[in-house]
Amino acid sequence: MTAIKSPMLSTQAGQQASTAPKSRLVMPLLMITGLALALVAPFVLYPIFLMKLLCFALFACAFNLLIGYAGLLSFGHAAFFGGAAYVTAHAAKVWGWPPELALVAGTLFAAALGFLMGSLAIRRQGIYFAMITLALAQMIAFLAVQMPFTGGEDGVQAVPRGMLLGLIDLNNPLSMYFFVLSIFLFGFIVIWRTVHSPFGQVLKAIRENEPRAISLGYRTAQYKLLAFVVSAALAGLAGGTKALVFQLASLTDVAWQMSGEVVLMTLLGGLGTLFGPVVGAGMIVALEHFLSETEFPITVASGILFIVCVLLFRRGVVGEIRHHMSARRGAESTDVA
Amino acid sequence: MFESIGISPQELFGQVLVGLINGSFYAILSLGLAIIFGLLNVINFAHGAFYMLGAFVAWLLLQQADVGYWWALFLAPLAIGLLGAVLERTLLRRLYQVDHLYGLLLTLGFALILEGSFVYKFGSSGNPYPVPELLRGGQDLGFMYLPNYRAWVVIASLTLCIGTWFAIERTRMGAYLRAATENPTLVENFGINVPVMITATFALGVALAGLAGVLAAPIYQVNATMGSNLIITVFAVVVIGGMGSILGSVITGVSLGLLEGVTKVFYPEASNIVIFVAMAIVLLVKPAGLFGQEH
Repeated sequence: MTAIKSPMLSTQAGQQASTAPKSRLVMPLLMITGLALALVAPFVLYPIFLMKLLCFALFACAFNLLIGYAGLLSFGHAAFFGGAAYVTAHAAKVWGWPPELALVAGTLFAAALGFLMGSLAIRRQGIYFAMITLALAQMIAFLAVQMPFTGGEDGVQAVPRGMLLGLIDLNNPLSMYFFVLSIFLFGFIVIWRTVHSPFGQVLKAIRENEPRAISLGYRTAQYKLLAFVVSAALAGLAGGTKALVFQLASLTDVAWQMSGEVVLMTLLGGLGTLFGPVVGAGMIVALEHFLSETEFPITVASGILFIVCVLLFRRGVVGEIRHHMSARRGAESTDVA
Repeated sequence: MFESIGISPQELFGQVLVGLINGSFYAILSLGLAIIFGLLNVINFAHGAFYMLGAFVAWLLLQQADVGYWWALFLAPLAIGLLGAVLERTLLRRLYQVDHLYGLLLTLGFALILEGSFVYKFGSSGNPYPVPELLRGGQDLGFMYLPNYRAWVVIASLTLCIGTWFAIERTRMGAYLRAATENPTLVENFGINVPVMITATFALGVALAGLAGVLAAPIYQVNATMGSNLIITVFAVVVIGGMGSILGSVITGVSLGLLEGVTKVFYPEASNIVIFVAMAIVLLVKPAGLFGQEH
């Protein structure tokens, strides 16, 4: 580990800094197109499929905040996703809380859990960080098997979606869809603001060169911990929403495979890109949807995708596109660098 | 004495034995992970899958070709070592120049493929593997009944660990390996073929995992998901012990297995998580791990 650290993501960071005027136009355009698509989509595709997609897209964006902007590979995000799913489901079903409060409960739980796991995990770096988060999340998964309120193998079933603010009936698929869409947009904006805030800049500095950030006087441990908590809370928000959408919280949500899945989504879409995780989540959810009608095991498909991504396009789909675009721009005007 | 706390000695020593067996598997696997990490800087996520593969090769050899345990003990690690060598040569090798985390993700992909296809082909229920004839039966030690096979597994795995320690710390090849772990460029300049050494190390590490799988087959049932559950616990073991020393991994592995076994007697609900709790405590007290150094 003493050897020169080849930063996983520094190549992408460099490109982001060189924001040419043209790309200032591209972002809002992409956002408006995306939003327009999201508004039309439920009339064309299954709302439940789209809601699943949005939940996982938020989950992947939350995960990406850590790996992409703080350079921390967490292998334990299933604990936040699944833990919040259980808490939300329990609050809505057993305590009879309205959906918005149940979601807040799930999110707060994930944030608290993120604080605990984060304070332990940031004591080590790199590969150890990944192993520690994985192990701690496995502990949560074991607890979920044993605790009575999680319902063991059955999970928490028939979670009521309830009335949003006592006004809107979420059992209507379209209302539910727009509720989920607004949750996603809320999470996305939080991440966007975090990344482009001074706090986000410090995170990037830590990712690029932590000793230097320390020597500049930043308490890097606190920054990393806060990033971890924000990421965990948003992952929890995604998990809680998922529990309301499917009216189910189960062991699948906390299993380590779920952590692997979110890593794959983000890697496939592009680590450290804003839209990458959304694209990656869309591709994986669509692939799973397609494979569920065939015999082919999904695990094997994910495994193959991991290998292909790692070997052939480490930038991910969005990262590659951006790379090509900026390479072309670089050729047009040589004075960019 | 035991009766006064409501635990029979049979139960206690039985669990201690199970703990010792689990502990020796933790030791073998974390040892392999540490050797591989030392030279390749890759954490092999597929280590558990190779362990599962070892058990399955033994089981398939018996089912399909009527080849027994003792041959399997030799053939399975050989096959898995070869597979490991191929994996290293063709895929892993391309990632040495980029961040180590990509190596982790590649081996994770490989593990998913292996596990997924075995679940697909053989289902996720366990397949029994008979104890070899030579080791059936057991000894009555007065305070407990000791099945011969379990005694053999403990002895065999500990011998394996000590053997690996000896090979690395006391032989010329081991000295090359340690030197290459410290500074591969320099060792290469001395005319030692480091790339071949890397392949051999990876093959050896995963062959150990395969051997552990064969040893485990008669105790636990042969199951497609037996590896992925184990590997995460082994990661915790590696974090607790640190990857600095070989004997350190062995001691950590065995003691955590024992801790788990004893917990199963006194507070069974916590036996699943006790190793992770131990990891959390170690991280609070000595973040580098019991036998690790800070960089």
